[in-house]
Amino acid sequence: MNENDPKPAENSDLSELDARLAKARGQAQDPLTQEGPEKSEKGGALGLAFRVSVEIVSAVAIGVGIGWLLDDWLDTRPWLMLVFIVLGFSAGILNVYRMASGFGYAPGYAKPDKNTSTNSGTKAGTDE
Amino acid sequence: MAAGQSPLAQFEIKTLIPMQLGNIDVSFTNSSTFMVLTVLTTSLFLILGMRRSQLVPGRWQSMAELSYIFIANLVRDTVGSQGRPYFPFIFTIFMFVLVGNMWGMIPYSFTFTSHIVVTFAMAGVIFVGVTIIGIVKHKLHFLTIFMPPGVPMYMAPLLIPIEIISYLSRPISLSVRLFANMLAGHTLLKVFAGFVISLGIAAGWLPLLFIVALTGLEIVIAFLQAFVFAILTCLYLNDALHLH
Repeated sequence: MNENDPKPAENSDLSELDARLAKARGQAQDPLTQEGPEKSEKGGALGLAFRVSVEIVSAVAIGVGIGWLLDDWLDTRPWLMLVFIVLGFSAGILNVYRMASGFGYAPGYAKPDKNTSTNSGTKAGTDE
Repeated sequence: MAAGQSPLAQFEIKTLIPMQLGNIDVSFTNSSTFMVLTVLTTSLFLILGMRRSQLVPGRWQSMAELSYIFIANLVRDTVGSQGRPYFPFIFTIFMFVLVGNMWGMIPYSFTFTSHIVVTFAMAGVIFVGVTIIGIVKHKLHFLTIFMPPGVPMYMAPLLIPIEIISYLSRPISLSVRLFANMLAGHTLLKVFAGFVISLGIAAGWLPLLFIVALTGLEIVIAFLQAFVFAILTCLYLNDALHLH
C-alpha cells in the first residue's frame, strides 16, 4: 500500500470515495430532509375521494361512539352524542385538511422536513 | 350451486377443522389457511432467497433484498434513525398484507384482508402498540400530542376533544381503507365475471377484456394498500416517537 501512496491518481480516487462516503453517511444520518414518499402513492381522483370519505366517516363514528358511551355514563341520553357528532365532523375535516395539505396522513402538527424536535419556537409552522 | 353465484360468496368463512376453546370458537377456517399459507410463502421466499447469499445476488436474492431495502428506506425516511428497532415489525406487517393480498388475487382463493376483523385487529395492535411506545418514551408529556403548540389556551376545551377523536379515528381509517379496497375490488371482479357468463359468446368478451384490465389494477391496489398500511404505521410511530 505504501508503495502506491505517491501515486496522485489513486490518492484522489480514494479521497473522492471518502467524500462520497461521507456524503452518503450524512444523508443516512439526516433522513427527514428528504421529501416523504407520500407523493409516490397517488391513486387518482377516485382514490383521493375514497381516502377523504374514510377519514370523515371514521372520525364521525368515533365521535358518535364517545358521545354514546358518555350519555350512558352520565344519563344525558341524546345531548352529548349530538355534541360529539359535531366534534367528530370537525375532527374529520381536520384529518382531511392535514391529509390534503401535505402533512401526510397522520395527524401530525408540523411538516416533518422542518425541525422535528420539540422546538421552543412554537409558532413556526403551526399557525394554520 | 346458487349460493356460489353471489359476488359476495367468495368472502364466506368456511370452517375446515372445528375447534373450541372454552366458549370461544377457534376453528381453523379457510381464512386461517390462507394466513398460514401467507406466512409460509413469505418465510420461504425470504429464507430460501437468502440461503446462499452472494455478493452479486441472483434474481431471487435480489427480490428478497429489494423488499427488505424498500421497507428499510421507508422506515428511515419517515421515522428516522430512531425507528430502527421497529423495522422488523413494520417489515412483517408489510409482507403479511402484501403476500396475503397477492394470494387473494389467485382465482378461487380467499382474501383474508377483505375482512374488517383481520384488518382491524392489525390496526388495533398497531394503535395500542404505538400509544404504549409514546407513553413509555415521553411519560405524561405524551398527552401534549392532543394540544398542538402555539394554540391559545381558550381554544383548548374545543380542540382537545377534536384531537382525541382524530387520534382515536386512526385505527378505524387504517383498517377500513385496506378492507374496503380489497372487498370492493374483489366484488367488482366477481360481478363482471358474472356478466361474462350471462352475456354469453355474443357480447361476453367485452366484460372479459374489462376483467383483464381490472386484474392488473387489482394487483397494483394490492401492492399499494400494503404500502399504505406500512407507511401509515411508520407515520403513527413517528408521531409517537417525536411528538411535535
